[in-house]
Amino acid sequence: MCSCGKRGQPLSNLFLPSATLWQRELVRFWRQKSRVLGVVASPLVFWLLIGYGSNDLARFYSGALVLTVMFSAIFSTISIIEDRREGFLLSMLVSPAPRTSLVLGKILGSATLAWLQGLIFLCFAPLAGVRIGLLDLLPVVAAIFLISFTLTGMGFVIAWRMESTAGFHAIMNLLLVPMWMVSGSLFPMATAHGWIKGVMWANPLTYSISLLNHVLRMPNATPSGMVSLTVTAAFGLALLITCGMVAAQKAAKSAA
Amino acid sequence: MIQVQELTHRYGERIALNKIGFDVKDGEIFGLLGPNGGGKSTLFRILSTMMVPTGGHAAVAGDDVVRNPAAVRRHIGVVFQTQSLDKALTVEENLRAQGHLHGLSGAELRDRMARSMDRVGLTGRGKDLVETLSGGMRRRVEIAKALLHRPRVLLMDEASTGLDPAARRELTRHIGELRDREGVTILLTTHVLEEAERCDRLALLHEGNIVALGSPDELRSRVGGDVVALESSDAPGLARGIESRFGMKTTTVDGRVRVEIPNGHRFIAEIVEAFPGAIQSVGLHKPTLEDVFVRETGATIE
Repeated sequence: MCSCGKRGQPLSNLFLPSATLWQRELVRFWRQKSRVLGVVASPLVFWLLIGYGSNDLARFYSGALVLTVMFSAIFSTISIIEDRREGFLLSMLVSPAPRTSLVLGKILGSATLAWLQGLIFLCFAPLAGVRIGLLDLLPVVAAIFLISFTLTGMGFVIAWRMESTAGFHAIMNLLLVPMWMVSGSLFPMATAHGWIKGVMWANPLTYSISLLNHVLRMPNATPSGMVSLTVTAAFGLALLITCGMVAAQKAAKSAA
Repeated sequence: MIQVQELTHRYGERIALNKIGFDVKDGEIFGLLGPNGGGKSTLFRILSTMMVPTGGHAAVAGDDVVRNPAAVRRHIGVVFQTQSLDKALTVEENLRAQGHLHGLSGAELRDRMARSMDRVGLTGRGKDLVETLSGGMRRRVEIAKALLHRPRVLLMDEASTGLDPAARRELTRHIGELRDREGVTILLTTHVLEEAERCDRLALLHEGNIVALGSPDELRSRVGGDVVALESSDAPGLARGIESRFGMKTTTVDGRVRVEIPNGHRFIAEIVEAFPGAIQSVGLHKPTLEDVFVRETGATIE
């Protein structure tokens, strides 16, 4: 059923294709530096408008950072749709490289880009009055990577099954952006009303925002740090497995 | 080198391939000629392991495309109709990435990259970004990329699409060299007659069936003598007239009546006399592959 992970295959068969795809994402990104602006600028504008307007930049900071990461993840994974019909992905699909390595390379590459853009956004932390000590930096950077990885996995699962980029845009507007809105990015769970509160509990993004609030030492971060980390990591892992499964499945039917 | 048996593919109700079968010999250039929608692309996708057929078998170098796609992928190099290069990367970066996908690295990969670039006349262009290259150059990179891992079989889908006539001729010449010098077996799909002429053998595909199979000469010899094409405002009427008066078989396509006949020039004189005023133009030519296709299907290729 799955063309991946043949027994007796040397590890380099898995590693080399992943590494080359990862590198490709970075090189492409470096050559199209204007993409950074597109991804970082809009969350920055949203944040400044909402933050200054409500006179509370700090409260919306984590949400804006996660939005940056989310935009980046979406832009990187949306390219899969076109790439499969006309582009580099075509030759990947007819190469003997295991599907798992292709999935891993693409996700790690896109996640790295999302992470880098999250780090760029991190430079605006002082505006929010957030001071990050040297010792705190490591958990912050690690948390941003975990969130980047999770959101990229989500983008991948959606994009791989899509026939057109228009469909992806619809999902983005109807699912991803609303998910972000009810994740504690705009209002805390404590003050949420009725069923929205339930939605927030079930929303995996809630735990990403809360994780970020914890490592940034924001006040009143809920749920607890341990729960946030566990849920985010588990969600990321589940998405990675799903990615591997959808990629293998699609390969068995039609890749065109 | 390639065996296809009873191969069938349906998209829902529509039959794209109808129990087709053929063999491609080692070191042969084999062409699939036919109009778009005839089943060529479907067959190409199945042989390149991108799609699983709904019935029948296909094998490349002894490995079944459905049961053992990973092995087939090691045997084949694929040139797609659409571009499969990363435009934001250089020629070398594209080739290197391809090498890595095939598990090549280090000195061996560098050596193969240099050789495959040399082979298609790209030496010195390795540092160029693909987006700065012309269409013809990009095709050459595609071929260099497809040959990097030294496949035994090269599959090409409408590889000359978007090329000007000069670049197309060069591509054709290059394909011939590949077979002669390296013994690569080549299967290509095309709807361009000039390209089909250069194949060792051809399968004519129409509506999912192979309507004729053989070398270009063999196929042409199916058509008797010359082909006379007559244009008329009442083509069906003229066709009926010719059939009743001369007892000949005719085919009418796009307002043109075609007649296959030895010594066509004599026939022209007779026919123009027999139907005064009914004929607007007359043409006489030696049979082409298009004529073979029309004869077998009653339709044109393009």
